[in-house]
Amino acid sequence: MTEFGNVQIASKRGITRRAALQGLGVVAGAAAAPGFVRYAQAQSSEPIRIGFQCHRTGIGAAYGRWYERVTSATAKLINEAGGINGRPLEIIIEDDGTDPARGAEVVQKFANQHRVDLIYGTLFSHVVVGSAPAAGELKIPYYVVSEGYHVASGKMNRYCVQPGITDVKAQVRSVAPWIAQNLGKKVTLVFPDYAFGHDHRDFFGPALQAQGGEVVALVPIPPTETSFTRYLPQIPRDTDVIYHVMVGPAVLTFVKELGEFFGSGGPQLFGFIDSLEAVDINSPGLEFLEGSHFWEGMSRYAQPNMPEYEAVYRRTVGIDENGASVNDPNDVSTAAHMFGCWETLYVIKAAMEAVDYRGPQDRAKMIEATEAMTEIDAGPEHPQGRKTFNGKIHQVFGEQNISQVKDGKLQVVHRTSLEDGLYEPEADYTTMPF
Amino acid sequence: MMAGAKSFWLHVAVVLVLFALNFLLPEYHRGVFSRAMVLAVFAMGYNLAFGYTGLLSLGHAMFFAAGLYGAGLPIYHLEWSAWPALGTALLAGAALALAVGFLALRTAGVAFMIVTLMFAQVFYLATLYFGAYTRGEEGLVLPQAARALPLLGWNLVLTDPPTRYMIALTLLASVLAITFLLVRSPYGRSLIAIRENEERMRMLGYNVFANKLGAVVVSGVICATAGAAYGLLFGYIGSGFASIQYSILPLLWVLLGGAATTLGPIIGTLFMFYAVDLASSYTSAYMLVVGLALILLILFFPKGIVGTIRERWLPWLP
Repeated sequence: MTEFGNVQIASKRGITRRAALQGLGVVAGAAAAPGFVRYAQAQSSEPIRIGFQCHRTGIGAAYGRWYERVTSATAKLINEAGGINGRPLEIIIEDDGTDPARGAEVVQKFANQHRVDLIYGTLFSHVVVGSAPAAGELKIPYYVVSEGYHVASGKMNRYCVQPGITDVKAQVRSVAPWIAQNLGKKVTLVFPDYAFGHDHRDFFGPALQAQGGEVVALVPIPPTETSFTRYLPQIPRDTDVIYHVMVGPAVLTFVKELGEFFGSGGPQLFGFIDSLEAVDINSPGLEFLEGSHFWEGMSRYAQPNMPEYEAVYRRTVGIDENGASVNDPNDVSTAAHMFGCWETLYVIKAAMEAVDYRGPQDRAKMIEATEAMTEIDAGPEHPQGRKTFNGKIHQVFGEQNISQVKDGKLQVVHRTSLEDGLYEPEADYTTMPF
Repeated sequence: MMAGAKSFWLHVAVVLVLFALNFLLPEYHRGVFSRAMVLAVFAMGYNLAFGYTGLLSLGHAMFFAAGLYGAGLPIYHLEWSAWPALGTALLAGAALALAVGFLALRTAGVAFMIVTLMFAQVFYLATLYFGAYTRGEEGLVLPQAARALPLLGWNLVLTDPPTRYMIALTLLASVLAITFLLVRSPYGRSLIAIRENEERMRMLGYNVFANKLGAVVVSGVICATAGAAYGLLFGYIGSGFASIQYSILPLLWVLLGGAATTLGPIIGTLFMFYAVDLASSYTSAYMLVVGLALILLILFFPKGIVGTIRERWLPWLP
């Protein structure tokens, strides 16, 4: 086992280390040869170029804005600390419009026009799925910060990795035991009737059953719906918990109508903060959420017992104690997800340093180095918490927060264990050719 | 030189220039052209209905998506190879166009727009509803191994950029030839005449409904072919391609290039592609810039780029 920063890389894949050593030897020999000195120096000072596929416009723009801020802050920090292998990090941003077709074009642009070393930062799952084939064909590493199950499903390719944020399957499995033990065993799922909602439907039911719980009703909401009152009578009266994952502007109407329907005596509520990322929890109409619980990847509000490195992270990315921008209290962050950019960039750094990355010829070695990662300790480079990376499915696993809305603020009431979210891999990317 | 010969050689020249560009263009732009040529085929299919027959459809995304899913779903779920999948895509496009055309052509004008829009919305929602098979808006990645076309002892690997470019060009050239011959044929003339004066055509004894239905079916099949090619060449199928955006885009490309011109859809598609690509390099408000560019273009080229060139300088352009 070798340590690179906070990341441990298993040494069982001797070929990676050997290749790295051979690479070092070759580079050292080449650098020593008179004709190559200038070239070697030029190489060593050239920036490492990372193409950031950003949702600057389209439905993901609020996430994109904060992903961009975190990415800039992290790159600045890495550069101030000496860069990667002594080379500065340069972030090149292209807007994908949160559109899968444009996403694939942007991947081509990064690889063939900007000539970046790798592509990173995509969040929305349809953009990842739309872009992944292009990344695979161009043989360019594609580090996504997306939380979908698509990477772990094995349906992408060897170049597509998700090392900085957990996936929805693990998140759902993590929170199910706590819900069953603390909120109730009879759960009704209210979810948008498309892929994002279907993931919750498909993963939560079995996870709850394993805890002795039961999904008593499924209430799929068609994607074009703007009013929800007529769906609410479908919620059985003996429901203990309503598990809701509505997204987009509809969530405000949904919560308001839920409040009007149940009044003060309704079932417990559990939701995923995805619905309310970049939305002030104290927005008019959201009063009914007081007392309800949410999954948060990382807490939006500063917690009294948070470690110093988390406080440093918050200061560096520019969020105040309420999780809003330090420059504008109305500009609420996407705190539960955006830490993934920070952590992914540090994983990229660790992988590049592990193979002494020199250029595109080392891309495959870099992927192998990432696959070889196992335990990732919490710390300044991984402020969300400790993690473990499964190289077979290119997916990281970690701890999750369950927070409760108290006095208009989200307060962490439980932290799941990393093991709660683990599941059997359904694929093995390491057997796929590069 | 006769007008027919001139336009024939112009089309040959366009295809030859596109062929040469495969070897001249930098890698990125070759990729852009590959994608734009496939989408231009979509626009050419749309142009047949809208430009030549006067059927302003707001639902052609369903035909493109019928081809996309018609080819992609058998490959993904049944592990079919590309050729039979291409066959199902064309069948899906033809069947859908026949059914939708049969019902929608009972209406005309604004009602036709609304009916086609509604059919397309039904198709789009169906792709979400059957998410267990389509993965809805998230979509599916077609396995790389399946993206190959065995042809005369060769195995054309569709992930290889030069091969992909040549296949896109072959498709474009074939559809260009078909539309070129079609619009100059007696049938094509009858479609143009229907667009100009439907009542008179009816009085002359033409079966207007059958002619229009034929145009919708040919248009639907061409659009489905483009959809199938898009899925096979670029490896992704998703509900987004069935959304209203993909019904508006071919209309925009055709209007921009010139409705009822054979080359207009190609010019319009390439123009829009590069307008978005260049503007987005400078500002996140790129759609505003593109919008302004379109307004200026329509002010100075009211019949689209090729349409205005035909009107002012080259009346022999088909």
